[in-house]
Amino acid sequence: MERIKTLETRDLCESAKNGGCGECQTSCQSACKTSCGVANQKCENDRK
Amino acid sequence: MVHQYRLNGYNIVMDTCSGAVHVVDDVAYDIIALFEGTPEEEIVSSMVSKYAARPDVTEEEVRACIGDVRALRDQGKLFSPDTFAEKAGTLKERSGDVVKALCLHVAHTCNLNCAYCFASQGRYRGERALMSFEVGRQALDFLVAHSGSRRNLEVDFFGGEPLMNFAVVKQLVAYAREKEKTCGKRFRFTLTTNGVLIDDEVIDFANRECHNVVLSLDGRKEIHDALRVDYQGRGSYDVIVPKFKRLVEKRGGRNYYMRGTFTHRNPDFTKDVFHMADLGFTELSMEPVVCAPEDSAALTEEDIETVKEQYEILAVEMLKRRREGRPITFYHYMLDLKNGPCVYKRLSGCGSGTEYMAVTPWGDLYPCHQFVGEEKYRMGDVWHGVTNTALREEFRACNAYAREECRDCWARMYCSGGCAANAYHATGSIRGVYKAGCELFKKRIECAVMMQAAEADEG
Repeated sequence: MERIKTLETRDLCESAKNGGCGECQTSCQSACKTSCGVANQKCENDRK
Repeated sequence: MVHQYRLNGYNIVMDTCSGAVHVVDDVAYDIIALFEGTPEEEIVSSMVSKYAARPDVTEEEVRACIGDVRALRDQGKLFSPDTFAEKAGTLKERSGDVVKALCLHVAHTCNLNCAYCFASQGRYRGERALMSFEVGRQALDFLVAHSGSRRNLEVDFFGGEPLMNFAVVKQLVAYAREKEKTCGKRFRFTLTTNGVLIDDEVIDFANRECHNVVLSLDGRKEIHDALRVDYQGRGSYDVIVPKFKRLVEKRGGRNYYMRGTFTHRNPDFTKDVFHMADLGFTELSMEPVVCAPEDSAALTEEDIETVKEQYEILAVEMLKRRREGRPITFYHYMLDLKNGPCVYKRLSGCGSGTEYMAVTPWGDLYPCHQFVGEEKYRMGDVWHGVTNTALREEFRACNAYAREECRDCWARMYCSGGCAANAYHATGSIRGVYKAGCELFKKRIECAVMMQAAEADEG
């Protein structure tokens, strides 16, 4: 695709199938403490 | 739905429900904007006419690009349908009543008297107090008992200033390490400190035991010292900066955040971020102040516009520093598009009031640290667990689709509907929408995604 470059991303629809293990970090424990932002959390699912 | 924007020379198209991100040229950008709801022939004539001066934009080329857009749609990477709205509630229910993270308020007191502190100098509008070892131990037992199959448990030593109760912090970590041997869990500790009491013993302890340390510094000396003062009104910058440098150096420069708060005094907060970088710190976080709108520290509507510009300045400067081989990390720009959170996490949010709770020095449970002191948000205690189950259900119902305004917002899979505490403080309801917060959040995500595009482009 000459005019479109697609970045490699995790397919969210796919992740619905085996997601939700809950092992990832709770957002507020990291640095913000005053706002919610989950997108920068790393996935820690071993069976992904 | 898709979200299109231009930033720093990049045309970016984000597909909300699949999470796909596309970097496109002007022609594709326009075609995508027209694709839904405009007949193909109209798109072709419109593009050929608009780009008449460009020899590369022929009818054939435009049709090829439309074909590419259609292919991406068919692959589920553009205009992907929203299949999550119905699942939002049930996906979050999957975690049951599991608790996996606690914010331990080991000290409701502080050795600084920062004017903007959301915790009212650590007292949370209540009495000064230190958590006893017995209460802390019960909190850890409560966490393990309610953590179900979760292996990674998170405990944040928070306050006030947690180092004012360092002896108990050490006892609790020792207790948890013993408990790890038999319970099959792994504790990850975070210490959030203003730095005043850091010494070699604290440094060795934090670097041995804490997965993460959050160090409070507001940036430039004049900015930091204006609000982060002791009870004699003296600024704390000169006391803490050398201590932070020593801690970070001995830590190998990893697993820490230098975290600042910006207020009406410094909406030009990137100067403070760059000041931290100039001090040699590379893992940085800077947050807008949380306070009542009538507070003199509160950001005004005009400030919000400045802050949005500042986020762009920060992103561009970070890319420059990366090219120059002296990168810095900004917490809100850390996006891992490939290995980031699954849709469950994106729908559910931070887990406040369900997976995550705060514990007061007396052992009371609150949905998170920002609700401590609000009596009606007391959930129970560490001996009897959550007794206000209706409140837990209210928090469980908070997700990316809980608010009408979020249902057609492109950013909902990045913020999960936003911070319940911010919503409560801005609107009186955890199901409200903190609009200024949304604006800043969306700008941050646009900047972070642009940086991913630039890094992919630059290699």
